Amino acid sequence: MEGLLEHPGYDGEKLRRVSEQLPCREVQAGMLLSLMGEPQQYCYPSLFIYGHRASGKSHVVNVLMKELELPHVTVSCVECVSSALLFEQVLLSFFGCDAASLLPRSPSLSDFVRIYKQRTSEFPSKQTRYIVMEQAELLRDASVNLLPALLRLQELVEDNVSVILLSEIVWDKFRPNTGCFEPLLLHFPDYSKAELLQILSAGRNSSYSAEFYSSYINILLGVFYTVCRDLRELQHLAALNFSKFCEPVAEGKVKETETHKLWKNIEPHLKKAMQTVYLREVSSLQWEQMDEHETGALRGLSAHTHVELPYYSKFLLIAAYLASYNPARTDKRFFVKHHGKIKKTNFLKKNEKTSNHLLGPKPFPLDRLLAIFYSVVDSRVAPTASIFSQISSLVTLQLLTLVSHDDQLDSPKYKCAVSLDFISAISRTVNFDIVKYLYDFL
Amino acid sequence: MATSSFSRGCFVFKPSAKKKKKKKTTVDLESYFTDGCEGAESSETRFKLCLDLWNKIKTETEDLQDELNRNILDSLLQFTRKCSSTRRHGNWASQMRASEIPTAALVLGVNVPDHDITFQSLSELLRCSVTPHVASLQAKECGALKHLMKRVLERLMDAVVDDEEEEEEKEEVQHSGAPLHKSVHCSLRALCDWYSSKTKKSSCSSSGKKRSSSAVDEHQQPPVVIIFKDLEAFNPKVLQDFILICSRYLDRLPLMFIFGIATSPSTVQRMLPHSVSSLLCIELFQSLSCTQHLTTVIDKLILTHSFPFKLNGKVMQVLVSIFLYHDFSVRNFIKGLQLALLEHFHSQPLSSLCCRKKEAQIQLQQLSAGDLDRIRQLPSFNRFLKEQDQQEQDNLQTDDTYLKEVCQKLLKGLHKYHKNYYPVLRCLHTLTSSLPRYPLGKQIRELHLICLEKNVWESEEYQSAMKLLKMLAKDELISLLQKCAEVLQPVKSKKMKNAFVQLEELLDKFKQLNAAAELAPSVEEKLTCPVKNLQKKTDLFQLQKTLLEMNESRRAKRMSPFEVLRNEAMEFVDGLVKNHLSPPESKPLYEVCYYSSSATVRRHLNATPRTSIQAALSSPYCYIQNDSLKSEDGSVSNAAPDICIAHKLHLECGRLINLYDWLEAYSTVVSAAEGNDPDPDGSGKMDEVKHARFIRAVSELEFLGFIKATKKKTDHVARLTWGGC
Repeated sequence: MEGLLEHPGYDGEKLRRVSEQLPCREVQAGMLLSLMGEPQQYCYPSLFIYGHRASGKSHVVNVLMKELELPHVTVSCVECVSSALLFEQVLLSFFGCDAASLLPRSPSLSDFVRIYKQRTSEFPSKQTRYIVMEQAELLRDASVNLLPALLRLQELVEDNVSVILLSEIVWDKFRPNTGCFEPLLLHFPDYSKAELLQILSAGRNSSYSAEFYSSYINILLGVFYTVCRDLRELQHLAALNFSKFCEPVAEGKVKETETHKLWKNIEPHLKKAMQTVYLREVSSLQWEQMDEHETGALRGLSAHTHVELPYYSKFLLIAAYLASYNPARTDKRFFVKHHGKIKKTNFLKKNEKTSNHLLGPKPFPLDRLLAIFYSVVDSRVAPTASIFSQISSLVTLQLLTLVSHDDQLDSPKYKCAVSLDFISAISRTVNFDIVKYLYDFL
Repeated sequence: MATSSFSRGCFVFKPSAKKKKKKKTTVDLESYFTDGCEGAESSETRFKLCLDLWNKIKTETEDLQDELNRNILDSLLQFTRKCSSTRRHGNWASQMRASEIPTAALVLGVNVPDHDITFQSLSELLRCSVTPHVASLQAKECGALKHLMKRVLERLMDAVVDDEEEEEEKEEVQHSGAPLHKSVHCSLRALCDWYSSKTKKSSCSSSGKKRSSSAVDEHQQPPVVIIFKDLEAFNPKVLQDFILICSRYLDRLPLMFIFGIATSPSTVQRMLPHSVSSLLCIELFQSLSCTQHLTTVIDKLILTHSFPFKLNGKVMQVLVSIFLYHDFSVRNFIKGLQLALLEHFHSQPLSSLCCRKKEAQIQLQQLSAGDLDRIRQLPSFNRFLKEQDQQEQDNLQTDDTYLKEVCQKLLKGLHKYHKNYYPVLRCLHTLTSSLPRYPLGKQIRELHLICLEKNVWESEEYQSAMKLLKMLAKDELISLLQKCAEVLQPVKSKKMKNAFVQLEELLDKFKQLNAAAELAPSVEEKLTCPVKNLQKKTDLFQLQKTLLEMNESRRAKRMSPFEVLRNEAMEFVDGLVKNHLSPPESKPLYEVCYYSSSATVRRHLNATPRTSIQAALSSPYCYIQNDSLKSEDGSVSNAAPDICIAHKLHLECGRLINLYDWLEAYSTVVSAAEGNDPDPDGSGKMDEVKHARFIRAVSELEFLGFIKATKKKTDHVARLTWGGC
């Protein structure tokens, strides 16, 4: 193979193992290796690797680090709620826990640099140390000076250290206003279909032949490639559906080579998988069990949209929906008994020709909600405390959202957060014709 | 306690834990109960009865809850076990598969107050049968990822985890030098270390005890279960990040989630993007709906003669409508029941008789003369008295021992009434609940409410239900009657046993009829012969005539034996209803068992803040029980508190109120109350005290939301309410 990695300073045997583990990523790995240089050489201060989800960024870096036994630490930025956690992890894995315990409470960047320097002077490194930051896009939300400092950490701590940032976003979205040290950019392109086929086929089940498995993968890709190119997802799906694919072979009905019959058997199953288990409508566990029972009538998560609500909550929600989607001017038309004949054209303003449903819900004050509620509900309702508490429980159920700030006790504002389908289902249960009250459907 | 804040607002000072301990409960429950209680002499026994009954209700409902939750909890437990077992026995497929966190989506319905009990029993069950590591989280304590982490670690490790801010405070106090101990940071890494040390330890100890190998295997890696009690209220971003982090540690830490969902399972998809939800293996669990839950609770607690305490129709109506209209919460329903129970024993001196039959007899003998007088004053007893002849009436009015004897009989009658009422109610419900359009209600509680209100057999709905019943087909009728027989069978009262025997006889007759019908299908033939005649005739007039004749003959036609029997059965049911389903108000001494003050219950459970403010302002007498404030025709006396006067005056104004005019009017009213002339020296100068009082009243009204400052005119305020006097 042309992609066999060769680089001075590293053991050939190790490099061979690396390239075995990195199918279809030889070019990127080679590039990375040549950027890193020999272990004892100084590396470029910061590298920025970007590419889509599951394009092998972390995998390549981790395999290189592990197999070549380089001193490194891998930090996930999601996990680092505070920068203290980041500093602690770095110090912990480079210098042991006594270094990490030197960090004061809520350490600043300079604390980190000071301790790092102090430690490197005691234990100078013979090889380049690597700090690998996964999901680096979250560093943008951290304190302002963290990212620029990390980019030139080599300079700050005067040590042979290099920071590798991994992200799904391009570097242009990172650059801070104040300017910073530009890292070297390295792009990982998406896997092509052939590459996906090659990688997926590598993970075959040992009890079946390689040709058989790769024909299965071929069929799988034929169904799923148009909607999903995520390698991890595809691997997951391959594992879930393989037993079904093998069924006729195991029963002895079909030989391994009769691809067409196998395809006919598996294709509807895969199509169904695309609608259910791929969208996580049905859990993978249920999917596997369904194979056993052959029930087929498994309802997905989104099939359960029905919500039972108390009677007045239903009307409150209806009132909220009306308040959100009707202009306030038209309330008189809908809710005052003897409003006279007012045509829709009287209300129309030029910019309001677009449907309110396309514009989304608008905020409304509590008073308006209650006014509509009292006119919509068919019986006289006393303004009891439980009516008000129902409003707030609708907010916690996320059927309404509070728009104004929590602290504003005086006339809070809400938005209705349910769909037209949902509200029509609700109003059907209380015999309320909501369409008659909606300005858009006049 | 004080704050240094000048801004307006509420400050909550929680009593510190030390103080709580010091304060002993010197005033126990009983003295609370007797305080202000009517008929204090029997309050002790009443309190005891009340407590007994409440404890009984409580245990009963708890058992019920456990039973209802058992199904769903069992399936959940099975799910957790299955998840933890598949993780260990990995085959090729599970190795290849992306590792997903097993997640149970538990749909519980919108009755959020009830969820606590469910989660409590769930986590207890999990603790004792699956894993010791259970942490349950509530959204309000997990505003940010940091807090969420902290809570998870705290609950799982059972230790206080250092938080930076808190630690800072401590350090300030202690002024210690370098921190000696290594702090535990809130990260899952710490949790992993803790978990691995824990499992290692436990596996060592268990092998030391030489347990069977399978048990060791089962308990070696117990899953770590994290319960999100109210998923909807969580911040989606926090939840997403937490799941992302957890998925990174899944190989070292067998995590499991339980989502408590109040609305619908699709919220999971709304809150989590595909990239996150693809990390979860979600299975759905649906709990029993709250209306079903209520039905069983009512069945067990109210529709039974074993609880002597009863609710009358109106109170029942209030409780049920609070449930249906407002909260769907069974817990609140039971709380309402508790309130009614307490109020009954507190306010009704004769409630000492509200207990089992034998105890009631004993209590009756111990009644004081005052209590006996109370009995004589009961409206239901008066009604009973009027039905007796003069001699009897005099006896009852004067002779206490005779009265006790009669009351004994009456109480016995009341108990018997209850014993027969509920089975007959159930019978009637089984018969009518499947009729089209449900003339007597779908649920048994609706039928119960009708029966409590009035004589059910006089209602139109009952008549129409009976008409429908008389049209039932044979199979349906027989199956319904059999169900009724099943209801009546276990009842141990003489009348019900009789009724059961009669019903069995009826059913036998139906069966015989079946057999007879198979032997002789004769009736049909007679009917068909005029039809044959019909075919011969072609004349229109003749045809009409014959058709009319046919109609006539059909109407006059003798009823088939089945129809006769059906009518007989319906008459039997009708007789049962008329004998046993009369409303309790018709029974003498019903006040002993029935709580009837629906207004009290409504006021306590369904508070109306606005109307009470209005009431306080317009008639202060109902809160400040001062005779000088008493007034008729809704006017406010001029001795009322300032705010009441200001409120009354502002009702007379339009949308905008001139403050100076208002002040003038106010000062006139107040000076009249003090007995002075409105303006003694005629200078027009305002008394400073009055001025200050007025300003205070106005700002109080502003605080209550009656007026607000307006920018339209500087010396005016705007009214926020409509209407006036």
